[in-house]
Amino acid sequence: MLSAHDRALLDGELGDGAALAMRLVVRAAEATGATELIDVTRAHVDSCLYHGEATIDFVLRLTDGGARVRIPTTLNIGALDLLHPELYRGDPRTAERGRLLMDRYRALGARPTFTCAPYQLDDARPRLGEQVAWGESNAIAFGNSVLGARTNRYGDFLDIAAAITGRVPYAGLHRTDARRATLVLRLAADVPHALRDADVLFPVLGIVLGRRAGSAVAAIDGLPPGQSEDRLKAIGAAAASSGPVAMFHVVGSTPEAPTLGDALQHQPPEGEEEIGIEVLRAVRDELTTASGERLTAISLGTPHASAAELARYADQLGDRRVHQEVECVVSTGREVMARQPDIVARLRAAGVEILVDTCSYVAPILRNPRGPVMTDSGKWAYYAPGNIGAEVVFGSSRECIESAVAGHVVRDGRLWGGA
Amino acid sequence: MSEVAGRALVLDEPLSLWGGMDPATGELIDARHPQRGATLTGRVVVMPSGRGSSSSASVLAEAVRARTAPAAIVLGEPDLILAVGAAVAEELYGVVVPVVVVAAARLAEIVDGAELRIGPDGSLHVGAR
Repeated sequence: MLSAHDRALLDGELGDGAALAMRLVVRAAEATGATELIDVTRAHVDSCLYHGEATIDFVLRLTDGGARVRIPTTLNIGALDLLHPELYRGDPRTAERGRLLMDRYRALGARPTFTCAPYQLDDARPRLGEQVAWGESNAIAFGNSVLGARTNRYGDFLDIAAAITGRVPYAGLHRTDARRATLVLRLAADVPHALRDADVLFPVLGIVLGRRAGSAVAAIDGLPPGQSEDRLKAIGAAAASSGPVAMFHVVGSTPEAPTLGDALQHQPPEGEEEIGIEVLRAVRDELTTASGERLTAISLGTPHASAAELARYADQLGDRRVHQEVECVVSTGREVMARQPDIVARLRAAGVEILVDTCSYVAPILRNPRGPVMTDSGKWAYYAPGNIGAEVVFGSSRECIESAVAGHVVRDGRLWGGA
Repeated sequence: MSEVAGRALVLDEPLSLWGGMDPATGELIDARHPQRGATLTGRVVVMPSGRGSSSSASVLAEAVRARTAPAAIVLGEPDLILAVGAAVAEELYGVVVPVVVVAAARLAEIVDGAELRIGPDGSLHVGAR
């Protein structure tokens, strides 16, 4: 089961840090029942977000032990925006520890991307069928489902262990058979055609997917083919919030599902369910916890906004400004920001705050975190009430931008068939 | 690894330690969980699955560091995230929190508050020694 290189790592021939990483990979193999390890070619590491001193103790064990990543490795968000540290409104001691952790992961040789959307970076995107080790739930769902890369859900510690060793247990979604859809979720006839092609449907559909599928692989049928990466991102991020979803298929849009039969690997499904308009409306309503029209903030870009999303926000704003009594924060990756200077300048000129390296539901960024805060993200709406105590208003991107300009909640009643 | 013992805390629903346990106090803090307010410290936490956020591994290691961790975790299905969190805690702090998997029927027989022992081989025993 172990290669000569694996044994050399375990024996400490490449240092104590690499030996620790290899021991963790072996423990993971035991926990999954895998009998062999395989090579991975890329890693995305979520362990750089501070969760207490144990996370620092761990990375120092790796750096002090001389460890280096062996494969191209991107980093997920951290506890603060290193490029705009003045945006941090929390305890300075926690910010300092969060910064140290981010710095130490960089010292291991990982690329300081600090984004939850590594799939937006052309040179970090795995190819169809590529075996990788990704952390961060939305990235895992996107990598498997939209790129057709192969990863399991690599949690904290194991993601960096895989990056240092280049090895993972051959189990789960690394194997073709585990990628077969066992559940079919079909949009019912009563879901209006206009809604099937509206951005706001996708995060709501994702929340439903997470609840219905859990850790099973599901295929969504009934959407127009060729859905955009941003819409598929919204499905995966929401699904991985409401359930342990690591992979899904969207028939006609994701690479392993040109047809429903392909998604099922030409076997009968174990379950088939319809999703009707009433279920979708109920989940949409549940994502809103605030009542009334009052807002203190609008938070967009969870997961990190793509270049296309930044451009759309800027176009929707046009020459209008964010109302002076609300703040509007858009989270994105530092590399995406750097490549779109004109759009970023337009957004800033309109009064939009651009946040990188972290997210407004993880870090103390908002002036009034209790809100009510409006968002177009199913993931933000799902986690912010528990994480930062926010009251949430969920809406479409366009509703969010119109609300940012107006300074209070603005709804477009036509989106959901008038209800 | 020596034997680990503790009283069972049978959770009615799966718990994600991230967002579900405060490692500073050992308290169950998930507002949506029916047993919110229970103390996990020193108990053998019994639940069908880990419902794992990937950050639960960090929370488990931090709880071990802060001495608020459960004595052991008994699950109905394997959970890679909790297994790795426990492995890191052992590496860093020399404390073993066994994460063991038993068949669903066996899991269902465990009564809240029962004395449980986990042997050095990961075997589960009910009753005081």
